[in-house]
Amino acid sequence: MKLRDAADVIRSKNSGPYELTFDIIFKDSALFRKVVDSGVINRELFAKLYNLPLENVTAVICFSPANAIKATIVRPIPSGALGERDVYGAQQHVPLLDVEIPL
Amino acid sequence: MKELRVLAPTAILGYGFPIQSFEEGLRRDPHLIAVDAGSSDPGPFYLGAGVSFTDRSAVKRDLELLLTAARERKIPLIIGSAGGSGGEPHLEWNVDIIEEIAKEKKLSFKMAVIHGEISPELVQDKLADGKVKPLPPLEELTCEELEKTERIVGQMGIEPFIRALEMGAEVIVAGRAYDPAVFAAPAVLQGFDRGLALHMGKILECACIASTPGSGSDCMMGFLREDCFLVEPLNSARRCTPMSVAAHTLYEKSNPYLLPSPGGALDLSETQYLAASSRAVKVTGSKFIPDPNYTIKLEGVKKIGYRTISIAGVRDPVMIQQIDEIIDSVREKVAENFAVQNLTYFLDFKVYGKNGVMAGLEPVVETNSHELGIIIEAVAPCQATADTICSFARSTMLHWGYEGRLSTAGNLAFPYSPSDFQAGPVYVFNVYHLLEVSDPCELFPMELCQVGEVGA
Repeated sequence: MKLRDAADVIRSKNSGPYELTFDIIFKDSALFRKVVDSGVINRELFAKLYNLPLENVTAVICFSPANAIKATIVRPIPSGALGERDVYGAQQHVPLLDVEIPL
Repeated sequence: MKELRVLAPTAILGYGFPIQSFEEGLRRDPHLIAVDAGSSDPGPFYLGAGVSFTDRSAVKRDLELLLTAARERKIPLIIGSAGGSGGEPHLEWNVDIIEEIAKEKKLSFKMAVIHGEISPELVQDKLADGKVKPLPPLEELTCEELEKTERIVGQMGIEPFIRALEMGAEVIVAGRAYDPAVFAAPAVLQGFDRGLALHMGKILECACIASTPGSGSDCMMGFLREDCFLVEPLNSARRCTPMSVAAHTLYEKSNPYLLPSPGGALDLSETQYLAASSRAVKVTGSKFIPDPNYTIKLEGVKKIGYRTISIAGVRDPVMIQQIDEIIDSVREKVAENFAVQNLTYFLDFKVYGKNGVMAGLEPVVETNSHELGIIIEAVAPCQATADTICSFARSTMLHWGYEGRLSTAGNLAFPYSPSDFQAGPVYVFNVYHLLEVSDPCELFPMELCQVGEVGA
């Protein structure tokens, strides 16, 4: 199953000018638990998708009150700096959409 | 039952709200109307240039409704992060709008103006005392970097607002502020729990973004009690669910369980979200953990040059196939042409339809777009050089003779004349640090003034 079929919300946004934060909110708690247990959504995944050294993936946190997984990375380029293309960071979620979840 | 009712009209002052929703809120007899006017999301330009990212007429429209309602009911109106970035010019801009409305509507009130801009000299002194620490991934601030800084603001906490309320302010307009502070300050002053007050403020500062369907331009009501708070959207087409409110805790924050704030952290590890009705959610268990070292988050920017851009389209399939090579050639030609003048510049080509949004992170390698949108961008130490580089790159690309070219009259479709646009000064963030203070109010001077005639 692809992540886009398991989630209601997959979004990216600035958390301050130097970090990007991703929220994946699952359709229900059963799917959320299954994905968490699969262990597929981890720091290594974000390092690979966003071509970052592992230490630049600040955190991957499970947030059960919202059936959500949250990840935060250091922005490749700070918001508004030269060469940057997404000042609000709102369109950087796309590589997550097709991540395969072994369910 | 002790209860503080707070009306949050909109997520950002100037983003608007339906009058019907606002009136619905007024029928709930609010003790306070508060609104956050700012964000660093629109990027470094607005803080640097001293202009608001919201439009004056749109802000005036919102403020007219808020001021009139607050004065009719004799309840406080509190505005934080005035003018978007909360620096001195932003604050003056917002105060000017308030005074204009007061004059037109013949309103009279005591207004507190709280300043949020911090002088680089003051930061330098604090730096020397070891009171400035970087927020990751930034490094230690240096005097050299501070000297380049155009403007610095500090996010004030609830204390400057509390002081203004204690001095009898009826309207408070403040520079850069921690977003939830405008909602939480009156609550803490009245003895409500600081953790619950800040968490409610965190939700209300985004107005209806925490409801479903969400909106940044509709009204939300908060009901703060001794052991919980409730949030309810004021438009019957929206509702808050435990899931929508819990999910909002994730929004724009790095860790949903522990949210740093001035003077401590908001601990949401034991927070519960319960349905209070089909449209309202009750929240319990949020706690404030005070930090013995009170810190203020600083945001600062420096100017790095001036920008000129050109916008063009490409439709020719032969050209589209070779777009990367063509751009490399144009870059080389520009460098070669101005080598003798030794110009310093940054030249970038953003190719929409290929990788305009994600650049090197774009997972799609093979694009099948039948047309491309290209932004040619030049940034240089002065506007004239940016104009030169942009113009030369544009004319070179327009007539570049690439392999297999059939369309020998020109390579670019310009939607406009002029084809090039000056985007003015370019700023980047260079300060994002924590400054330790001994008094939460010490960086934020306040003036109390009478607007309109007393008793009018």
